[in-house]
Amino acid sequence: MGKTGKTIAEKILSSHSGQDAYANDLVVARVDFVMGQDGTSPLAIKAFNEMNGQRVFDDSKIALVIDHSAPSPNEGVSNLHRMMREFASLHNVKLYDIGEGVCHQLMPERGHVVPGDLVVGADSHTCTYGALGAFSTGVGSTDLAAAMISGHLWFKVPETIKFICHGRLPKGVYSKDLILYLIGQVTADGATYMAAEYTGEAISELSVESRFTISNMAIEMGAKAGLMNVDEKVIRWVRTHSNREPKPVCADEDANYARVLEYDVSDLLPQVSRPHSVDNVAPITEVAGIKIDQAVIGTCTNGRLEDLRVAAGILRGRKIHPRVRLIVAPASKRVYLEAIREGILQDLIEAGAAVVTPGCGPCVGTHNGVPADGETVISTANRNFKGRMGNNKAQIYLASPATVAASSLCGEIADPREFV
Amino acid sequence: MTGRAHRFGDNVNTDYIISGKYKFKTLDMNELAKHVMEDLDPEFYNKVREGDFIVAGRNFGCGSSREQAPLAIKHARIGAVIARSFARIFYRNAINKGLPVVECDTSQIDDGDELEVDLGRGVVRDLTKGIEISAKPLPPVMLKILSDGGLVEHFKKYGTFNL
Ligand code: SF4
Repeated sequence: MGKTGKTIAEKILSSHSGQDAYANDLVVARVDFVMGQDGTSPLAIKAFNEMNGQRVFDDSKIALVIDHSAPSPNEGVSNLHRMMREFASLHNVKLYDIGEGVCHQLMPERGHVVPGDLVVGADSHTCTYGALGAFSTGVGSTDLAAAMISGHLWFKVPETIKFICHGRLPKGVYSKDLILYLIGQVTADGATYMAAEYTGEAISELSVESRFTISNMAIEMGAKAGLMNVDEKVIRWVRTHSNREPKPVCADEDANYARVLEYDVSDLLPQVSRPHSVDNVAPITEVAGIKIDQAVIGTCTNGRLEDLRVAAGILRGRKIHPRVRLIVAPASKRVYLEAIREGILQDLIEAGAAVVTPGCGPCVGTHNGVPADGETVISTANRNFKGRMGNNKAQIYLASPATVAASSLCGEIADPREFV
Repeated sequence: MTGRAHRFGDNVNTDYIISGKYKFKTLDMNELAKHVMEDLDPEFYNKVREGDFIVAGRNFGCGSSREQAPLAIKHARIGAVIARSFARIFYRNAINKGLPVVECDTSQIDDGDELEVDLGRGVVRDLTKGIEISAKPLPPVMLKILSDGGLVEHFKKYGTFNL
């Protein structure tokens, strides 16, 4: 029997391990780029030293990002940040310090990732770059240290679950709504140990920025990667962001999939994740009217220029509800500057937004807007676990930038389609 | 290993294991250990006796890649985590850090049951119920890392991957 074709995951893990690898094989593979952030790098540095690491495998292929608690909110964090700065300078690796942005925005934006790459990052949302056709996945700190020393890591080649999305998203419905819907369908562990591949007209229609939102949330269905085929849009995007040569990879027609799921998205409604799990998804019609206290636009899921543009389109010339605080965290310094140039930030600030330093913002409860007991937050982030934003007595809803902007105007969860 | 079961449900995520608000502050795992599972059970840390087990349903450790999660569990003196299934990154991190993880059907184990875990043979005995549950074997790569005492020890020994 001849061997079948390969999925994107099988192709990239084969080319980086020199093995003809298929799902469930174990490979030791060469990595193209290695990233750590300020929640995970300090432990990785500790492990690096404990492993007697003398030097990094290639100083041009490693970056450390200070984004989760940036600028530092207390002395404990400050000391950990200093540890990262010292390590970066000692080993001559790239350090993105406070204000540069969220790691998952910076990796593609600053050209560290191109199609066909194998990338590991000590952050679970490293799967974001799957939108560029890179196999990128989150690892822990000790794995990160091992990768920094050896330039390699072991992987179990994942099976793949394929999502085919037909049709076009209606007006006022975005890639965030699509991925929330898919997570609701397959649940929080529906793709555990697997890679997800997202294909179909609804995906090719999307901008590269919108695609990042989908790949970013692959981990919320348990997937280790959220992959997409490389098309012209991706190649163009990568050429304007990186000097490295793309090595485009597409899945073979006859590849083997663990599951193939098909959806038509033409009638999709805006979607919202309800507390306290991402897969607790409902269409906007079921949650509209719930009072909110805080709204957040930003994070590695939805803090890009396109997202801020959508929000500004809704908020321009209006004022947010007097009960609501709106926090905006641009995903990077570049996004921040571009949003200033386009007048987007002015519109948002005049509408009542508080803009915070580019980075993770209030996403993970370290700073920048921890909700009070009993408060309700609607956010463009990717997680709404109890306590996620630093208070386990708060309720977190997740939605698209348009839904969050519309809700901040109304003071309650609101359907954005009335505003776009 | 013997100890008591501390029972949790499905999808116990890393935010519940150790909240982001603590993990960014310190590398002192004994300090973090005091907050393990706090959002699900504020008394957890005080209840645990050395060698007790966390027993959970599906997808234990989903969420972030924070290695503080298995480390804090280990420092809370938990002997092993036994779950129906684990999230991938947590599972890897636990092995890398030398925290035993056992994947098996946990549906019959109740809070407070006395358990005996035999990692070598891959069985969990519920002494309270008098039943024996067989566990899914660890992949060879992970067994190798665990038997070296974790990934740090593996690298100390070989300087790189030797799997
Ligand atoms: S924005 Fe939130 S989800 Fe993204 S990397 Fe930062 S903390 Fe993690």
